[in-house]
Amino acid sequence: MASLYELKDLSKRYTRGKESITIFEELTMSIPQGDFIAIMGPSGSGKTTLLNLLGGIDRPSSGSVECEGVRVDKLSEGKLAKWRSQHVGFIFQFYNLMPTLTAAQNVELPLLLTKLSGKQRKDRVATALDIVGLADRKGHRPRQLSGGQQQRVAIARAIVADPKVLLCDEPTGDLDRASADEILETLQLLNKELGKTIVMVTHDPSAAKYAARELHLDKGRFIEAKAEPAQ
Amino acid sequence: MFKQIGAVTMINLRSIPQRAGLSLATIISIALVTGVLLGFLAMSNGFRATLQGTGSDNVAVALRAGSQAELNSGLSSEDVRLIEEAPGVARDSEGRPLVSGELYVIVDGTKRASGTDANLPLRGVGPQALSLREGFEMVEGRMFEPGTNELVVGASVLREFSGFDLGETIRLGSNEWVVVGIFSTGGSVFESEIWADIAVIQNLYNRGTAVQSVRARLTSVEAIEDLRAWEEDEPRVNLDIESETDFFASQAGGTAVLIEFVGWPLAIIMAIGALAGAWNTMYSSVDTRMREIATLRAIGFSGFAAAVGTMVESLVLAALGGLVGALAIYLLFNGVSASTLGSGFTQVVFSFAVTGGSVIAGMVMAVVIGFFGGLVPAIRSAYVPLLTVHRSE
Ligand SMILES: Nc1ncnc2c1ncn2[C@@H]1O[C@H](COP(=O)(O)OP(=O)(O)OP(=O)(O)O)[C@@H](O)[C@H]1O
Ligand SMILES: [Mg+2]
Repeated sequence: MASLYELKDLSKRYTRGKESITIFEELTMSIPQGDFIAIMGPSGSGKTTLLNLLGGIDRPSSGSVECEGVRVDKLSEGKLAKWRSQHVGFIFQFYNLMPTLTAAQNVELPLLLTKLSGKQRKDRVATALDIVGLADRKGHRPRQLSGGQQQRVAIARAIVADPKVLLCDEPTGDLDRASADEILETLQLLNKELGKTIVMVTHDPSAAKYAARELHLDKGRFIEAKAEPAQ
Repeated sequence: MFKQIGAVTMINLRSIPQRAGLSLATIISIALVTGVLLGFLAMSNGFRATLQGTGSDNVAVALRAGSQAELNSGLSSEDVRLIEEAPGVARDSEGRPLVSGELYVIVDGTKRASGTDANLPLRGVGPQALSLREGFEMVEGRMFEPGTNELVVGASVLREFSGFDLGETIRLGSNEWVVVGIFSTGGSVFESEIWADIAVIQNLYNRGTAVQSVRARLTSVEAIEDLRAWEEDEPRVNLDIESETDFFASQAGGTAVLIEFVGWPLAIIMAIGALAGAWNTMYSSVDTRMREIATLRAIGFSGFAAAVGTMVESLVLAALGGLVGALAIYLLFNGVSASTLGSGFTQVVFSFAVTGGSVIAGMVMAVVIGFFGGLVPAIRSAYVPLLTVHRSE
């Protein structure tokens, strides 16, 4: 499979006053197109930080993040925002929906950055909500939806602009088992049927089973735990 | 770009109810500022309108040179006689000059509303005074008899002061008077006066034959120049001569400007307070929406769109406040009659006039408050750290 991401000598340090903490040092890895990776590891090991770097909402201290030949770490703020809107979909632990907008309006947000007409946007939103099984909830506001349903709206929002990669930070961290399984099945479907590359951070070993492979991040290094997909 | 800004703005505006208390406080404080400003402007506009409505271009007013107001002026009967002979002065059908020497003294009246004393002008007039006031009519009773302690009062005086009802006896200073008539001059400043026979007042107030102002009807509007030229060349007189229109305009100007002088600084000080309030509200608006803003930015929305959204919210709150303030002032005060110190330190009764211009001034002020109150929060919302997306709230 062709490689989607190439990370080379990636380092991330935070300096607090005189103190400097290193999250990871000279991390090198590649993520192939169509992969579904579960990243696990102890709290504070840098899982979220890695997702941030992949998604272009944070910059490395040194090293490079390359996605389809584009040096993401080198893009200007404006170009980076545009790149994010076209290449990545974010799924957060707390869904991050706009509470005052309906499900459909939330899903439509990324499309407002495109040249699509109102009609085209509406069609795309309907398709995305359909994929996550919420076609009948498009007029509902987040408050009127369960946690699992809110997360599915968030997934619809993440895929509506058809990005190649989905970055999920503990997407089931706030959900019960049944809802979590639904979300994970949806992610698996997106990976298998639509070929989305997925990088998912999770603390939950049974969630990680849905991924094609698991990586353990510890003290700035990766240990591959599972070479073969579970199913 | 517009779609982005539209979406952010909509998200902002829809979230206002989440900050209902603060937002309402902002609207109210801006409404108060606008209200105070409009109130003062309405007062000065109304005052100006009343005094400007008073004058006639065809009437010249002569005061002792440099005296500026009737109260400070003093002219002799010789001055009056000379003006009667002067060029440009009109005469009636019987050839008598249309000239009225008048006295102007201050008496105390009791205001109906508050029960407090306030200054009222008592004007001593002769038979020609009526022919120099357009629109003069007796609305009740009759004119005073010359040589008696009878007086007639303007309709505004009757409305605002107690004790002047028709037929009543009233004590002004050490003298008793009988109210025999109510007159109107069509809303002009003379309606705020009491009139009596000049000879009686000269006698009671020990003025001899002196007067304070002389009004003269002109043969034409331009004849004022002839009268002025005559005054220049006539060594026996030393007068300031103005058309009545100019006279009242300058008198009104002074007081109206004074009202605005109080009104604007007061409004501006309040505006600074309201600005702090708006700032605080918008700051907390950005605070509560931090994660939403960061999420939009992560999706690819621009910082500029986030800033515009915050700014629009601020402007909308301010404009709402301005409208509420303007509407409240309009409903409460427009057309309401009030009285205030006039040019001669006496009560001039006038109506508040909320004009389009002052409403615009109030709205501009409100929007300016909104703009500056929202500026820093708007900039802040453009720079919300992207990593705020992970906040759990
Ligand atoms: N802005 C920051 N300034 C300083 N240190 C930070 C900052 N953000 C993260 N860190 C530190 O970086 C380390 C990695 O954080 P990160 O959030 O990536 O961990 P994580 O693996 O996602 O942990 P968790 O499982 O708890 O979510 C932590 O020690 C954290 O304290
Ligand atoms: Mg984390």
